[in-house]
Amino acid sequence: MASVTYEHVTKKFSADTTAVDDLSLSIKDTEFMVLVGPSGCGKSTALRMLAGLEDITAGQIKIDDQVVNQMPPRDRDVAMVFQSYALYPHMTVFDNMAFGLKMRGSSRTEMDSRVKEAARILRLDQLLARKPRQLSGGQRQRVALGRAIVRQPRAFLLDEPLSNLDAMLRVQTRIELQKMHQRLGTTFIYVTHDQVEAMTMGDRIAVMKDGILQQVAPPREIYDQPVNMYVAGFIGSPRMNFLPVTISDHQAKASGLELNLPKAPGVAHGIIGIRPEHFLPNVSSDDAVIDLKVEVLEVLGADQYLYGKVGSDDLIARVDPQLKVSVNDRVRLGVNMRRLHLFDAETEKAVF
Amino acid sequence: MASVARLKMGKPGTGRIVGDKLVARAIRIYIPLLLLLVVTLFPFYWMAVTSFKSASELFDFSVSPLWVREPTLDWYKHLFTQTNFPHWALNTAVVATVSTLISLFCSVLAGYSLARLRYRGADSIGWGIFVTYLVPPTLLFLPLTFVIRDLHLFNNLWALILTYPTFLIPFCTWMLMGFFKSIPRELEEAALVDGATRIQAMFRIAIPLALPGILAAALFAFTLSWNEFLYSLIFLNDSLVKTIPVGVTQELIHGDEFFWGELMAAALLGSVPVAVLYSFFVDHFVAGMTAGAVKG
Repeated sequence: MASVTYEHVTKKFSADTTAVDDLSLSIKDTEFMVLVGPSGCGKSTALRMLAGLEDITAGQIKIDDQVVNQMPPRDRDVAMVFQSYALYPHMTVFDNMAFGLKMRGSSRTEMDSRVKEAARILRLDQLLARKPRQLSGGQRQRVALGRAIVRQPRAFLLDEPLSNLDAMLRVQTRIELQKMHQRLGTTFIYVTHDQVEAMTMGDRIAVMKDGILQQVAPPREIYDQPVNMYVAGFIGSPRMNFLPVTISDHQAKASGLELNLPKAPGVAHGIIGIRPEHFLPNVSSDDAVIDLKVEVLEVLGADQYLYGKVGSDDLIARVDPQLKVSVNDRVRLGVNMRRLHLFDAETEKAVF
Repeated sequence: MASVARLKMGKPGTGRIVGDKLVARAIRIYIPLLLLLVVTLFPFYWMAVTSFKSASELFDFSVSPLWVREPTLDWYKHLFTQTNFPHWALNTAVVATVSTLISLFCSVLAGYSLARLRYRGADSIGWGIFVTYLVPPTLLFLPLTFVIRDLHLFNNLWALILTYPTFLIPFCTWMLMGFFKSIPRELEEAALVDGATRIQAMFRIAIPLALPGILAAALFAFTLSWNEFLYSLIFLNDSLVKTIPVGVTQELIHGDEFFWGELMAAALLGSVPVAVLYSFFVDHFVAGMTAGAVKG
């Protein structure tokens, strides 16, 4: 159990490739922190620096209150689960899980009991004598987790551990990971490019882009109050609609829409952000109204998505699946003004 | 396998077509293979047949040279009692084994470090080693002669044990570098996080996984040193310290007089150990040849 602190951490692979740029982030003891962002955003590099697998170009990383910049990986007492699982192909499941204990000089009996315990939790009891190539993807993934938990480390580092699993197994393992986190009470640092994993698992989410940390907040807050257009667009599926508007005083005008803003934003050019799920089916007189020309329909059973145009802007709306709509219809939808976002067109930062 | 499947799937009445396929297969695969086999094995056959012929039969041009009528072991007896062949064989074995071990030790470390560790100049060192390998022994023997002279190693097996690595190490290093590169880096990273030192990660993870490659490199190195001729010819003069290739060509040929029986017997015995080694490790050998081509 430990807290982890990044203080102005920078990683340059060469003079002009900066993987992580001035990252400051503090992760509390027992917290489940998710680093999320597209590939190449520096999230994995940030994790690897914490594990000691990459040098730190500038700044420092602390585990508890100890600076670990120069500490070799083996002394950091963290466990890591790799995307490829990185199981040792020439060792049995038992030996894979016992490797860390062996390296730390645990006794044979302790090794035995700890591996057996982890195997029981992960339902690997029957597979201990097998080699990794004789296991299914899900089983390999559990061995990789097992290898991490037998160590009883101060922190778990997980680098996209679910991305090689099929969709059903992914959901199942996601839930198991959360249970595991609750049971172990250890700090988890989890890297993913999948915003659903981030939203469902994280106590807090750190959104990264191009090596720069955009926002750190609990999932709810990231969703409700994104600090900029990038975070707003990255979290939520389908992504938030962005409509460019020109603003004069309280009035915002898009190509097919006019809104009365709750307060004067003080910028001339803005971008309105409305999540697809924040349209109102029943239009009341004081709501803003859009007129959506439907081009494509997607009925998913529980939801119905309308893809179409408002004026000259593309827009997606999630509506009640019972609503009878067909292609080329014009649908009137109310805009939930309380869920409306406005971004400065120039800086892309949130105005509200 | 494929042809069996095709045969089984053939419907009644398609026997003719299947037969045609077999003929096509024979023409495409088996006949060329057979020809290749004949060409490759004929020298060995000639060697073997000649070594068992008596002196009179050897020079009797009235009978077919392809067969032995009265096999005899005379040449072998002669080889072991009248020449220094036993010494040569032992020398060759010692030199090949020791130089292979030395080269392998250096190459495993060099190959690993070039494949894995990021240090200044790693690339240029890698290329340097490769270029060294391209320098032909026919050029290198000149400076090496001075080195051997200054070390007072003429007529000493150490002259070969120390010079063979000059071509074995570059060769094995390049081969093993490819092998280590094909092992996913994360395996060792996982070991490092699990509490291993770099050396432990190397010995417990990388080397066991590179074993097929190491074995293949060992085989190549052993073969190269077993057959080496030039350095052996230059650095060793005393009959007792010669290796098989040099001993055979120098002492079983006197001017224009060829002792064909002994020559063939010695050549055959000289090629047996390598052939045996290859047959044992043929799978690893093939794995070594394709290293880096296929991941996994």
